[in-house]
Amino acid sequence: MDDKYLPAIYTGFALGIAFLGWRIDNAYYLQLLIFIGLNTLLALSLNMLMGYAGQISLGHAAFYGIGAYVTAILSTTYQVPPLLALPAAVGAAMVIAWIVGIPTLRLSGYYLGMGTLGFGMIVHIVLREWGSVTGGASGFVGIPPLEIGPVSFASSKSYFFLVWAVVLAVIILCRRIIDSRVGRALCAIHDGEKAAAAVGVNTRRLKLQVFVLSAGIAALAGFLYAHLVFFISPGSFGFMASIKIVTMVVIGGMASIWGALFGASLLTLLPEWLHAFSEFEMVVYGLILMVVMIFMPRGLTRGLMDIYERYRKTHDRQ
Amino acid sequence: MQELLQYLFSGMTNGAVYAVIALGFSMLYSSTDLINFAHGEFVMLGALCMVSLTAGAGLALVPAFFVTVAAVAAAGMLFERLAIRPVRHPQPIVLIIITVGASIFLRGTGMLIWGKDAHSMPPFLDIAPIDIAGARLLAQSVWILVIVTALAAGLHLFYKKTLTGKAMTACAVNKKGAWIVGIPFKWMVLLAFGLSTGLGAVAGASIAPITMSSYDMGTILGLKGFCGAMLGGLGSLWGAILGGFLLGILEAMGVGFVSSGFKDATAFLLLLLVLYIRPQGILGTAEVKRF
Repeated sequence: MDDKYLPAIYTGFALGIAFLGWRIDNAYYLQLLIFIGLNTLLALSLNMLMGYAGQISLGHAAFYGIGAYVTAILSTTYQVPPLLALPAAVGAAMVIAWIVGIPTLRLSGYYLGMGTLGFGMIVHIVLREWGSVTGGASGFVGIPPLEIGPVSFASSKSYFFLVWAVVLAVIILCRRIIDSRVGRALCAIHDGEKAAAAVGVNTRRLKLQVFVLSAGIAALAGFLYAHLVFFISPGSFGFMASIKIVTMVVIGGMASIWGALFGASLLTLLPEWLHAFSEFEMVVYGLILMVVMIFMPRGLTRGLMDIYERYRKTHDRQ
Repeated sequence: MQELLQYLFSGMTNGAVYAVIALGFSMLYSSTDLINFAHGEFVMLGALCMVSLTAGAGLALVPAFFVTVAAVAAAGMLFERLAIRPVRHPQPIVLIIITVGASIFLRGTGMLIWGKDAHSMPPFLDIAPIDIAGARLLAQSVWILVIVTALAAGLHLFYKKTLTGKAMTACAVNKKGAWIVGIPFKWMVLLAFGLSTGLGAVAGASIAPITMSSYDMGTILGLKGFCGAMLGGLGSLWGAILGGFLLGILEAMGVGFVSSGFKDATAFLLLLLVLYIRPQGILGTAEVKRF
């Protein structure tokens, strides 16, 4: 997409959100849209890492969980106002990402996959077993609704606007990063780490930075999730949750911001449309991942675009 | 002392199972440079098939065991043919997502076939536990140890003495070179998948009597097997066995002396440590490009 249209696209996007928020009063639809927003944040965060920098993470739900649990513990157990808990939640995830990232991001390929998977499992086990702090396997109850100063976000509609404002802000942030020098350096790492290093990209530092950023966005989504549902349990942040995020990115297309929105929407709506879906959830996700990756390794939306391009070219030639 | 011995026994039993799973990872990696993230699900398939064939269909032990292994190996070869070979650009990130997808798919299929309940079956032979210095050693544990020893010896002979085994070693050393001297590389990959998933099935079938088998047991077992393989040195036959046993024993000691809730964390902590400190593992010698 051309850069000069971006402000128009953002404005259109914001107007679209405002219109939806103005028209929709049904609590169920608002809830659904809020979840699409949260999943979009998660997909965007993993997309920065996987789509642009080419570094896989199979434990991304860990950061989502850290964000949710830090704010839950601070605002419930210690009565900290949510506005102060937010930087703590995001900061904790970023610090952990930094500490874990230093050794992990030296790995590549399969080892990075296994390393992040192991990290995700450890976080999940800690959330489940550290009962005195996290509430253990039965979960953490009684998280207060979000209040920032005099503004309360207890109603679905206000929460809808909050979440989507955050989504828009994160989209703009990601887009700005990608269009910058840093973004080009990330793409260079994706295409060839040694080549990127040879032309002067500090690959190790850059990978760490994007990992930390990505963890921060995921923790932000976790923060919003905790104050939305008031009850969190380790089950929402396990291996399957990480796989869902990967599936969203794969469907939406690696290295595509609007694709993240599409992938998140599809995977949030699919279970709602198909009532028998929960039985087949894993089979469907597995098939999607395999089929898309075999035939369109750049993701579903990109793959379909490529096929269309190819079709048009052969058509034009005739 | 008695306690220590008891932990050692239970660690050795689990360790033997991890060793077989690690062998599957290791031999697939050495001949195809690929880590199969769905390997654990083939262990699950092995365990549940075994339960269904013996307790469900009433088949005798030995035929049930071989039918299970053959069926799972066939499933593994089918997986290679349908999902791995068609990949045009086999970069790690693509293969990781495909095998993770396969793992989720197999898990979902397992849930649809066997339901969410855990299943159990009687031990191979109904013998009372053996008493050694006050610690109990289950008869099934002895069986598992016998199976591991037989497998290790068999694989060793296969690689060193048979033409097919030597051809596979050649593929592991240099794919193009192997292809030039006329080794059918594609068949070797298919065979490696069959052997690797077959090993997974052996692991699954042998633990079915001592554990509750359910559709979601595979992921953790697979990860532990991978951890064992990394610990001993990925690609090394004896390394996989050493790593598996070491992991099992360390885990049992952790459960005994620290906490049982964090049992599964032991393996992942070890895995992360190995990845960071000595990615070539204990017995791995060859230069490995892990960085």
